[in-house]
Amino acid sequence: MPVFDKKDKSRYTAFTRRSVAMGGGMSLVFAVLAGRLYQLQILEGDDYKVQAEDNRVSERPISPPRGRLMDRFGAELANNKRNYRVLIVSEQATQGVSEALDAIGKVIQLSDQQKKRVLGEIAANKKFVPVPVAENLSWEEFSRLNLHLPYLPGVQPDVGETRDYPFGKEMVHVLGYVGSVSPEDMDGDDGRLLDVPGFRVGKRGIEKAFDKEVRGKAGFSKVEVDAHGRVIRELGKEPGMAGQDVWLTLDCELQRFADQRLGDESAAAVVMDVENGDVLSLSSTPGFDPNWFNVGLTGPQWRDLNTSDYKPLINKVTSGIYPPGSTFKTAVALAALEAGIATPEYHVTCTGVFNFGGHAFHCWQHKGHGTLDIEGGIKNSCDVFFYETARRVGIDKIEEAARKLGLGAVTGIELPGEHSGLVPSRAWKQKTYKQTWQQGDTLSVGIGQGYVTATPLQLCQQAARLASGKAVSPRLVHSVGGRLVPRAEAPKLDFTEESLAKVRSGMNKVMNEPGGTAFAWRIVEPGLEMAGKTGTAQVRVYTQQEHEHGMHANASLDWKLRDHAMFIGFAPVQAPKYAMVCMIEHGATTAHPHVQMARDILTFAQKRDTIGKPTAYPVTSAAAPVPGKGAANATGREPG
Amino acid sequence: MAMRAYAAAKRTLSVADKLTEVNWGLVLLITLCAGAGIAMLYSVAGGKMQPWALSQTIKFTVGFLVMVGVATVDVRVWMSLAYPAYALALLLLVAVVAVGHMGLGAQRWVNIGGVDLQPSELMKISLVLALARFLHGKSVEEISRPFNLGIALAMIAIPAIFVVLQPNLGTTLIIVMDGCSLLFLAGLSWWWIAPTIGSVAVAVPLIWRFALHDYQKARVETFLDPEADILGKGWNITQAKIAIGSGGSAGKGFLGGTQSRLNFLPEKQTDFIFTNFAEEFGFVGSVALLILFAVIIGYGVQIAMTARSQFARLLAMGVTLNFFFYIMINGLMVMGLIPVVGIPMPLLSYGGSAMLTVMFGFGLLLSVQIHRQVEIPRHSGGII
Repeated sequence: MPVFDKKDKSRYTAFTRRSVAMGGGMSLVFAVLAGRLYQLQILEGDDYKVQAEDNRVSERPISPPRGRLMDRFGAELANNKRNYRVLIVSEQATQGVSEALDAIGKVIQLSDQQKKRVLGEIAANKKFVPVPVAENLSWEEFSRLNLHLPYLPGVQPDVGETRDYPFGKEMVHVLGYVGSVSPEDMDGDDGRLLDVPGFRVGKRGIEKAFDKEVRGKAGFSKVEVDAHGRVIRELGKEPGMAGQDVWLTLDCELQRFADQRLGDESAAAVVMDVENGDVLSLSSTPGFDPNWFNVGLTGPQWRDLNTSDYKPLINKVTSGIYPPGSTFKTAVALAALEAGIATPEYHVTCTGVFNFGGHAFHCWQHKGHGTLDIEGGIKNSCDVFFYETARRVGIDKIEEAARKLGLGAVTGIELPGEHSGLVPSRAWKQKTYKQTWQQGDTLSVGIGQGYVTATPLQLCQQAARLASGKAVSPRLVHSVGGRLVPRAEAPKLDFTEESLAKVRSGMNKVMNEPGGTAFAWRIVEPGLEMAGKTGTAQVRVYTQQEHEHGMHANASLDWKLRDHAMFIGFAPVQAPKYAMVCMIEHGATTAHPHVQMARDILTFAQKRDTIGKPTAYPVTSAAAPVPGKGAANATGREPG
Repeated sequence: MAMRAYAAAKRTLSVADKLTEVNWGLVLLITLCAGAGIAMLYSVAGGKMQPWALSQTIKFTVGFLVMVGVATVDVRVWMSLAYPAYALALLLLVAVVAVGHMGLGAQRWVNIGGVDLQPSELMKISLVLALARFLHGKSVEEISRPFNLGIALAMIAIPAIFVVLQPNLGTTLIIVMDGCSLLFLAGLSWWWIAPTIGSVAVAVPLIWRFALHDYQKARVETFLDPEADILGKGWNITQAKIAIGSGGSAGKGFLGGTQSRLNFLPEKQTDFIFTNFAEEFGFVGSVALLILFAVIIGYGVQIAMTARSQFARLLAMGVTLNFFFYIMINGLMVMGLIPVVGIPMPLLSYGGSAMLTVMFGFGLLLSVQIHRQVEIPRHSGGII
């Protein structure tokens, strides 16, 4: 063998011999392992089976109680109530699961759909996992079921906690609701908590935005359980941390009144404090009862919610975008005043039509308004006045004023899914349509049509800014778990006080001077008078024939083609406190129902004195330590 | 002469030729084991692919590709890379002690380009490579000379010290056992071996007294009397034994394990995965799994003994032993025969680092098998 020299050969022999020896050693270890398995599984297997069956120690997450949602006066808007429910463990249902469900169905109401869901969940889980059959039972149903328990093997009664919204649909668009955990809720933050069967997380509104805070921290309980996971006794417990309460700036009573006042219309209304931006009520109708989601929606319920033209699932206040219509004329007027165009001598004569670039732009008042100054223009909501004014001011200055009033950008309210609306500009049009800005575009924007859009919340913010002269933004959350949500003092708006006063005076005349477009629906109680501006947001293109022979009455049109009715206002006129917006989708009729609603809501708020009443907010702590406490600790540490 | 020509021809073996040479039976057994592991991860997650089974499938797939890739590289190339790999692994070990961040209370991980690496895992393979290379050129007499033996022991001791500093007792144990086994196989004289065993027997009580961390002592104490503290430190072992024992002869059936779903074991998806297997498949299934492991190891020993160069023989035996030591320590640990030291069950436990190490090792084993006819002169350093 030329390959191996002598030395190589000796170590090859050594390697082979020793490898065989190690092989033997390894076999020995495997034999030990197998022997140990024999001992544990065959000889002692029965003992361990008994231990596994009878006496298991398990660590289970405890879901902490969810924090409450409170209004400014301490009313509970969302809390937790006892949930009487019945579970089924399939491996214990000796007579079969379907049979057990049929038997339960004889004692309490159980739809075929519920049965189907239970069977599906049982198929998806291990056979010893308890699956809820029915939740939120009445005490009567629950006790009846308990009586029948001996005849229902595998059926377990259980008392849990469930989220309760005492005011149902009246608050749903602010509070949102909770639902079962879906994959996108898995944020890795508190995984074990999310694994608890039946755990609920916030799906919309405040419940979603503050879910982490409201949810709390999981506790753990070390328990002894039997073979079926039933707890025999608790060995130790780490309680976790209850969810934190969230205090809202809402006034529960005002919120309920506003929601009831909007009724069945597809509408939105917001009332806010003009000084600090506190949202006092925020309604979007129709709503839906968030408690439904605890029980689980039926198919038809879900279909109705999704397919209704009135879009009950959408919070129209923050997510609905509409042309602001004539309410936008307040922004145009401000721009004109600031630009020095609308001087006291500035007048426009309205003949009912404005000819520009070969087109006839019509005023809503067919026969014309005659000669008007800026306050008259607002009071009469004269289209021709604002066509001419917008033309002279130009889009750049209008855009600037609109943005200062908060349009075209999200308000930053603590609700998920807010839209920003749109304030158009030359650059925007160039970028979006690759076209240059036309004067005709400016005219449309001048009466709040064309490209400009806004959410009702932005319009309310605009009303508040006009009323206070400050750059206030709406806020909904006062404090979380006793910690104040910081909010900077709103700076003064970059408009002169004279300009703002002119616009306010125009808005006062809209409501409170005979001939104003909303005079008929003013607040007559002395001291409570409101100022405002109406708007009609055009949904369809008016035909030439209509301009010549009179408009179709909205009532005669298909609902979806009718104009949106908009209104912004503030009260009291002399020293504004409350700003509001009220909008009815496709609701523009000569009776101005939206102005009536706004009138009633503002009257209610002022009579109730929502802002003036003392609040019940909890004592809040700043981030800094409480004075004195640290000093005491320091003293305590000193040697005695 | 014919043999030399044959070996020369092996140098130019194409990748396709190499792939046909691979012992696919061994590959199948490895895949079978990994499949059992994935099934167990599916089971302990309550019958769900998330969060472990799917991820483990991906890790095994990556590991599988690494294995095939490593296998097709000439064993002489691995020989050339042995020292650089050792140096790199040592560097990373130092880095992990210096800048490594905390994981499970121990500094074991280093983050490179967003990937968490456990350098101690790399070290296991690198040490086998480097020692095989160092011992390759040494005759039986040369190995037993104090100078050479000193170098070899230093090669084992330096990484072992850094790993024990992390602190990671289980991996230290495996590194030391890997290294000493290779010295033994290379033909170290019994005049060294016998006295060493004697002195270790003396040293153990001293180490216990002065060198072990409290938590390590606690693990040993717990092991000696697990029932004393059923809710605290003894919990793992007691519950592991209940899981294994309650499986009985035939087991509770796939997805039928009741111990793991009650969350009695905090590391049910990693170190204690075997208990779930034993619970669901019983004595019959567990022994079948052990036989599967034993056959894989048998293949490894056979490959080692048929290789023509000392480097390849030591390398093959080294990675096979490494695989075996994992099984031994984990098996003895979960069955309550030795203290809990935190070693995963290879191919079964969830985790990327260990999976990659094991599959890389199998790649080296297959490389030895493919290139078994390759001869390497005693004083050669390989190619490249």
